[in-house]
Amino acid sequence: MKYAFFPGCLAPVMARQFELSSRKVAEKLGLELVDVEDFACCGFPIRSVDQETALLLAARNLSVADGLGLDICTICTGCASTLAETSKELMHNDALRKKVNEKLQKIGRIYKGNVKVKHFVRVLYEDVGPEKIKSQVKKSLGGLKLASHYGCHYLKPSDVFDKFEDPEFPRTLDELVSALGAETVDYEDKTQCCGGVILDVDDNIALAMAQRKLDHVNAAGANAIVLMCPLCGSMYDRNQRVIERRFNATYNLPILFYPQVLGLALGLDPKDLGLDMNRVKTSDLMSRLNL
Amino acid sequence: MLVTKLDPKFKDEVSKVPGGQNIKRCFQCGTCNVGCPVREIEEKYNPRKIIRMTVLGMRERVLSSDFIWLCSACYTCQERCPQDVRIPEVMNALKNLAVKEGHIHSAFAKRVELVGTQGRLFPISQFDNTKRKELGLPQIPPENKEVQELFKSTGLNKLSNAGGE
Repeated sequence: MKYAFFPGCLAPVMARQFELSSRKVAEKLGLELVDVEDFACCGFPIRSVDQETALLLAARNLSVADGLGLDICTICTGCASTLAETSKELMHNDALRKKVNEKLQKIGRIYKGNVKVKHFVRVLYEDVGPEKIKSQVKKSLGGLKLASHYGCHYLKPSDVFDKFEDPEFPRTLDELVSALGAETVDYEDKTQCCGGVILDVDDNIALAMAQRKLDHVNAAGANAIVLMCPLCGSMYDRNQRVIERRFNATYNLPILFYPQVLGLALGLDPKDLGLDMNRVKTSDLMSRLNL
Repeated sequence: MLVTKLDPKFKDEVSKVPGGQNIKRCFQCGTCNVGCPVREIEEKYNPRKIIRMTVLGMRERVLSSDFIWLCSACYTCQERCPQDVRIPEVMNALKNLAVKEGHIHSAFAKRVELVGTQGRLFPISQFDNTKRKELGLPQIPPENKEVQELFKSTGLNKLSNAGGE
């Protein structure tokens, strides 16, 4: 399978280990991710300000992929839901597509309405599948207790994603984690939001939201959180020390992106998976796995 | 608040903005509040009440408030709403109207500036591209002319140039 790769704007700056490990496991599993220099903001950050501009930004990215004849695979859940929603709107609404194209033509673009958008984890689930992944495991993650965190926009709005997941009781990430031999741990308020979207609006609220997740996962006795969104990752990993100081708590809970754990199980070098770039040290986890 | 200060047409105005179409369906059950992760932390974010205030016509109070900017867009309420009000989208409609009235939250003015000038929310510095090169990751251009043109075509560049005022 071949996709136009949409890394988003956060991962390439603040979660390079996520981008790096995604590329490495894709290569290992035979998924071709094509780099596209012309991609830019998906539109999500400015929907609150002006939906027309946000729609045009999303449509512009779709038109870029359309020109290459490729569907989009992204590692950011926010980009996934924004682009998938726009793809759906423009596929079914000819009048809106015409209006959008009038503006896009001014920058030399046109969108014909053929591009589908998937998150990388959904691609792993649907195009490769837990069974095939299981058969390729070289280093079982048995002995690790991992808590899955689904980013909100991997699940919701569910109608955008053709209801491939259950937004209240999601399972795809858990199945993909189980396929690696690790134990998946359930915890309170599993689908709760990380708060990242309002970190720049009110950091007290956002960090308190993230803290609840860390509390719940800790209480369930997990060794680490596994997730798939660079913003969630930045809340729980990059900001974990900030949360600890602000709320006078100690977590020391490693935060891993799914492609990092997948890569370990596939026998890739931890360095190629950027495990040394995680803020919360992963060395204890590695020694548990004798790595 | 005096009844004369209410704007009974406010709900119609909101329902004409994309995302606001279903606001009049709300029957105030409060399902949105119960599942809201922001409200769990901070009570001043109260989506049920924001919708009620809007339907009552408290235009200025709603549009000039700081609480409409607190939705974290998790869509939990949207999935559970029995009336399909699509609350996060109603919040977008309200915020879009607030911006037109000159009430933009400073965090969002900053977002407009970053996306409008660099084409991305998190700018790429020379340092980032050097780091990327070391890791064997492709270089990322620091700006995008097409995005700048799109901002001009919708007039959002003016908001960006004015620094959000």
